[in-house]
Amino acid sequence: MKLLVSMALRHLLARKRQSIVSLLGIILGVGFFLAISSLMQGSEKDFIRRLIDNAPHITVSDEYRNVKPQPVHKAYPDAVVELRGSRPQTETRGIRGFEQILTALKKTPGVAASPSLTGQALVSFAGRDVAVSLNGMIPDDIIAVTKIAEYMTDGRIEDLNINPNGIIIGEELARKMAIKKGRNITLAAPNGQVRSFKIVGLFRTGNAGYDESQAFITLKRAQALLDRANRANSIIIKLDDPYDARRFAAELESRITYKSMSWQESSEDLMSTLAIRNIIMYTVVSAVLIVAAFGIYNVISTVVMEKQRDIAILKSMGFHAADIKKIFVIQGVLLGIAGNMAGLPLGMGLMLTLMQIRFKPPGSLEEISMPIDWSSPQFAVAASFAMIASIVAALLPARKAAHVQPVDILRGTA
Amino acid sequence: MTAQNPAIRTEKLMRRLDGEVPVTLVKGADVDIYSGEFVAITGPSGSGKSSLMYLMGLLDQPTGGRLWIAGHETTKLGSDALADIRLSQIGFVFQSHFLLPEFTALENVMLPMQRLGRATAADMKKRAAALLDSLGLGDHQHKLPKQLSGGQSQRVSIARALANDPPIILADEPTGNLDSASSQNVQGILKQLARDHGRAVVVVTHDPAFAATADRIIHIVDGHIVDEHTVNEHIVDTSPVA
Repeated sequence: MKLLVSMALRHLLARKRQSIVSLLGIILGVGFFLAISSLMQGSEKDFIRRLIDNAPHITVSDEYRNVKPQPVHKAYPDAVVELRGSRPQTETRGIRGFEQILTALKKTPGVAASPSLTGQALVSFAGRDVAVSLNGMIPDDIIAVTKIAEYMTDGRIEDLNINPNGIIIGEELARKMAIKKGRNITLAAPNGQVRSFKIVGLFRTGNAGYDESQAFITLKRAQALLDRANRANSIIIKLDDPYDARRFAAELESRITYKSMSWQESSEDLMSTLAIRNIIMYTVVSAVLIVAAFGIYNVISTVVMEKQRDIAILKSMGFHAADIKKIFVIQGVLLGIAGNMAGLPLGMGLMLTLMQIRFKPPGSLEEISMPIDWSSPQFAVAASFAMIASIVAALLPARKAAHVQPVDILRGTA
Repeated sequence: MTAQNPAIRTEKLMRRLDGEVPVTLVKGADVDIYSGEFVAITGPSGSGKSSLMYLMGLLDQPTGGRLWIAGHETTKLGSDALADIRLSQIGFVFQSHFLLPEFTALENVMLPMQRLGRATAADMKKRAAALLDSLGLGDHQHKLPKQLSGGQSQRVSIARALANDPPIILADEPTGNLDSASSQNVQGILKQLARDHGRAVVVVTHDPAFAATADRIIHIVDGHIVDEHTVNEHIVDTSPVA
C-alpha cells in the first residue's frame, strides 16, 4: 500500500497546478458546506430551543379533538345509520375540574403545570383604550412553566400575590399608553364588567408584538372579570424532557379527554418548513462539492490518459488491475484529505465571521447574532461528504485505468 | 520434450483478432525455449513476432492452443494469476525503456520487488543498487529517467526486468532506439544473462547481426513459424526485411 500511496502522491505532485486547482475546489466546497450547514443547523436548533423555552411543552385546552359521540352511538354503534337534529350540549367554556387535573399533574415527577384563563379585555388610561390579551394565572405556578419571571424589568410576578388587584403589563404597552408602575388602569371585559387594577410590574421579552398585547393578572381576578367562576381555559405544562412531550400529551389526552397539544404537534408546519429549508440548503452546498468533485475527476482522468504507458508497464511487471485502481482512488483520497485539512479551518473561520454579524430581526427589540452550530456532527458531515465526493470522482477514471490492456498500449494500438 | 522442462512451451498457439476483417496474428506456434538459451525471433514487420512474444509474456491471451511457463499451464488462468506469474517468472525489456518518470533509477528497479514484497526495504534497495552497479549505473541510481541517456535508461529497464530474479527475460526490439555503442552494450548484457546466469532470453529483433549472435533463431512470416534453427547449423537469411 505504501508503494501505491507513493505513486499516487507523485502523480499529483507531477501536476501541481491542476492538483492545486482541484484542491482549491474541495477546500472551498468543504469550507462553505461547513459554514452554511452549521448556520442552518444553528438557526434550527436556536429556533427549537426558543420554542421549547418560551412556549409551553404541552397546552391542555378546553376543547375536544373529536366531537363527543351521542349516547345512542355508544349504545348501538353498528345499528345507528343516521341521527338527525342532534346538537352538542351547551356548556360553559373552560376545563371542568382543572384543579384536580392540576393536582394530579403536579404529583407527576418531572412535570410542572400552571392553569390559565385567557380572554380579551380593553385597557383604559387617560382616555386611551388598547385591546390586550388578558392572562389569568397563579403566580407561583406560572414561574415554573414560563420564563416570564426572567423577563421582568420592574417588579416581580410574586407581587400579584401581595396585591391581588395588581396587573403586569409589557414595557411596550406602558410606553404606548405613557403609564408607569404604580399607576391604576381600568380593564373592561367583553361581558361589560369593568375593574380597576394597579400596575405592579413590567416585562420585556424583546418581541414588540407580545410586549404590547399581553397582560397578567391573578386567576381569581380573571375568573371574576371574565365571568368564568372556577374555570381555566388552558393548562400549561412544562416537562423536564421536552422531547417526551408528544407521548405525554397523548397519554394525558386519553385520560382527561381535553385536547392536549404538544409543542411538536403545534409546530408541525414550522418543522416541515425547516425540513424543506434543510433539503434546499444541503442541495445548494452539495452542489459546490459536486462541482469540486468534477475538478478531481478531471485531474485524475487526465493523469489516467497521460499515464497509459506507465499503467501498461506496471501491469506487465505484475501489478494487478486492483493495484492500478487503488493508485488512482488514493489520489482522490489524498485530495479529499488535503481538502478537508484546509477546508475545515476555512469553514471554522467563516463560522467565526458569521458569528460576528449582529442584526435586529423584524418584530424584535434586541440585536441578535447569527446562531452557529459548533457540534462535531457538522464537521463530520462536511468532511465525510467531501471524502465521498472525492473518492467517487476518482473511482470512475480509476476503473478505466484498471481496464487498460497493456498489450494495446505496448503495440501502440490504443 | 527433452529431459529438462522448457522455461516456455507453446503448443499450437493462436492469436486471432476479431473485427470486420478478422486477423490472425499468430498461427499455431509450437515453440520450446529452455533455460540458458538465447533465442531471437525475427521476421518482417507485422509478421507476428511481437505478438508471439506478448503471448509468451502473458500480456495477451491466446485464442487457441496452450502455453506453459516454468512448467505451469497458463491458458486457463485469470488475470491476477497471470500477473503473479509475470511478477515472479518474467522480466520485460521493451524498445522504449518505459521507466516511470517520477521515480529515480533505483526506485524504478525496486518497483517489482516492492510489488512482490518478499524482502525488506533495505534488502530491496541493496539488490537494486547492486543490479544498477553491475550494469555500470552505480553513479546514476538517484537520477530521474529524464537525466539519463537512452542507453542508460535501457540498462535501468534491464535492471528492473531482473529485479525479482526471473528465469525468463523477454525483450522486444531492445536496441531499436539505441546508438551503435549502447546497442552493443545491451546485446552483450542480454547474451550474458542467458549464457552466464542460465536465464531463458527471448529477443524480438529486426537486426540480423544481433539475431546472428543468438543460440537459436525463430523466423516468422504472416504469423507462421517458417524457420527455426540453431545458428551453427544454418546461415540466417540476412536480406533486408520489409
